[in-house]
Amino acid sequence: MNARMLPLIATVVIFLAAYAVCFIQFPAILSTRVVGNLLTDNAFLGIAAVGMTFVILSGGIDLSIGSVIAFSGVFIAVMLRDTGLHPIPVFVLLLVITTLFGACMGATINFLEMPPFIVTLAGMFLARGMAYVLSIDAVPIDHDFFDVLKDAYWLMPGKGRLTFIGGLMLLVFLAGIVLAHRTRFGTNVYALGGGAATASLMGVPVARTTIAIYALSGFLAGLSGIVFATYTSAGYSLATVGVELDAIAAVVIGGTLLTGGSGFVAGTLVGVLIMGLIQTYIVFDGTLSSWWTKIVIGFLLFAFILLQKGLVLVSTRERGTADRPGRGS
Amino acid sequence: MNGAARFARRIAPQLAILAAILVLISIVFPGFFEVRIANGRLYGSPIDILNRGAPVALLAIGMTLVIATRGIDLSVGAVMAICGATAAWGSTEGYALPATLALSIAAGLACGLWNGFLVAVLRIQPIVATLILMVAGRGIAQLITEGAILTFNQEGLIFIGSGSILTVPTPVIIWMIAGLLFTLVVRWTALGMLIEAIGVNLRASTLAGVNSRVLLIAVYMASGLCASFAGIIAAADIRGADANNAGLWLELDAILAVVIGGTSLLGGRFSILASLIGALIIQAMNTGILLSGFPPEFNLIIKALIVLTILVLQSPATRTAAIFFRRQPGTDPADTRTVTP
Repeated sequence: MNARMLPLIATVVIFLAAYAVCFIQFPAILSTRVVGNLLTDNAFLGIAAVGMTFVILSGGIDLSIGSVIAFSGVFIAVMLRDTGLHPIPVFVLLLVITTLFGACMGATINFLEMPPFIVTLAGMFLARGMAYVLSIDAVPIDHDFFDVLKDAYWLMPGKGRLTFIGGLMLLVFLAGIVLAHRTRFGTNVYALGGGAATASLMGVPVARTTIAIYALSGFLAGLSGIVFATYTSAGYSLATVGVELDAIAAVVIGGTLLTGGSGFVAGTLVGVLIMGLIQTYIVFDGTLSSWWTKIVIGFLLFAFILLQKGLVLVSTRERGTADRPGRGS
Repeated sequence: MNGAARFARRIAPQLAILAAILVLISIVFPGFFEVRIANGRLYGSPIDILNRGAPVALLAIGMTLVIATRGIDLSVGAVMAICGATAAWGSTEGYALPATLALSIAAGLACGLWNGFLVAVLRIQPIVATLILMVAGRGIAQLITEGAILTFNQEGLIFIGSGSILTVPTPVIIWMIAGLLFTLVVRWTALGMLIEAIGVNLRASTLAGVNSRVLLIAVYMASGLCASFAGIIAAADIRGADANNAGLWLELDAILAVVIGGTSLLGGRFSILASLIGALIIQAMNTGILLSGFPPEFNLIIKALIVLTILVLQSPATRTAAIFFRRQPGTDPADTRTVTP
């Protein structure tokens, strides 16, 4: 068995074990209704987390996605309110804007040689500020097309509803898996995460890949904003504060190494589901406060980082290069 | 003499930016520099900037040291919430003021110890290591306050937030003394130099005999200590501990203050004074935007533009270009980094 698979397997085992514990206490949690809701409620987080997975795989970080999601919601709501445009051209325009926004951050990171942390921090301020400028109040979205999107679902056996946005999240994960593991771009991302200097010597187009990674993250944050707007039927500039942290946590819990170069997009899906499951459990229980979510997620983060540290240590010992930080490959 | 001149040149850009912002505000809002004494306390917009800027200034002191070691502490906002909650809890449980403060400071030091342990002993990247406490910290603070906003009425504790000593508001005195003490400790001893050495090259300084492990833990504990001061002030200011909102996103402001202060996120040379000026710049901007009647929505955009400008100025790529253009006959070819005899 490949040591690289171990974090992913650990994630899946933890998810199944947690689900089993929940099932023993509340048998109803296994119904497709709960599963459907789990997918619907976490759709926007999942889509944004796919973008975050690519960014983290490349050894970067993107703090701007929460703000970009909020900006997207406000942008859609304001455009629908103030212009007579149909939602579809608005969506296209929004995705172009957020993709360009991400590409600009990628270009800044690459050409100014600055840490992604501070560049995307500026992006976070900028996107949130733009959302404020568009509207500081919550703007309701009232359009037939949104009702269609919201009510579209496929009835699963057991009367569970796989909604459009839940299905969209699964599709995005599928596309992300293909992109990461079956395309040249994906290979370049992994190579970049293993070390920019090495990647460049190997002939990886570092500049193009870096820009494309952040553009992808911007695109998915925009898509996540569309999903969030559909989910809440409103645009609000104070919404989705701190979603970037949830996304980072989901990626880490999903077994991706935060130093980059190792991990799986599929793991992120399980990470998102684990976080959703904790919330579902708290709702089912009814007596626990929601802040337990934060503590449990913090603990899981810690446990997974320790696990990864241990694996990296073991794999470097095996190769006899005890001092060099290994990438677990 | 030479050292003083170099130091003046180091903080000149920050002072210039601060002066420019203050002049801009006073143009838009003519009564800006008026300071008066009422009820034995100084009042006025400049005092307000010093007073409101206290939490970020305090956080920036600890953050400067952490960033100088090439680290980052994302948890300070959450640690503020924990320490504020601890202080409020101690006060409502009827502990005396010294005991309450000691408890709260101990909580801050413990948080710093945890972060330092993760970074120095387990060798986890600082962003990730402190992210854990950033996510879990507010939950822990909620545990202490039991989900409610814990209010208190202890005179001594409230004095820390809204009292004044010799007409100067207490928070201002606290951050100034903290800044002075930290500067003295790191600059009168070799500590500052050792911290910079760790930031430049952890391995090399370890091989050179620097006890990097202990020093890293100490630096994160210093950050926790500063966060506990800031948390106590924030809680005392509103006479209650709000686990959800105390210190929310202040870690970003503190990092911004350090970056504006010219300390590189890549570690190495640092200046606590410059970071404090950076904190004042941020607060002056916030106050200025409010005073001038400019829509507060633009606050974040202006902040983002300032960060971007500083990024461009600090970028290694720009520095290379600057050196290239400066290499002309008759000018000083020395890079700012090389030591001129």
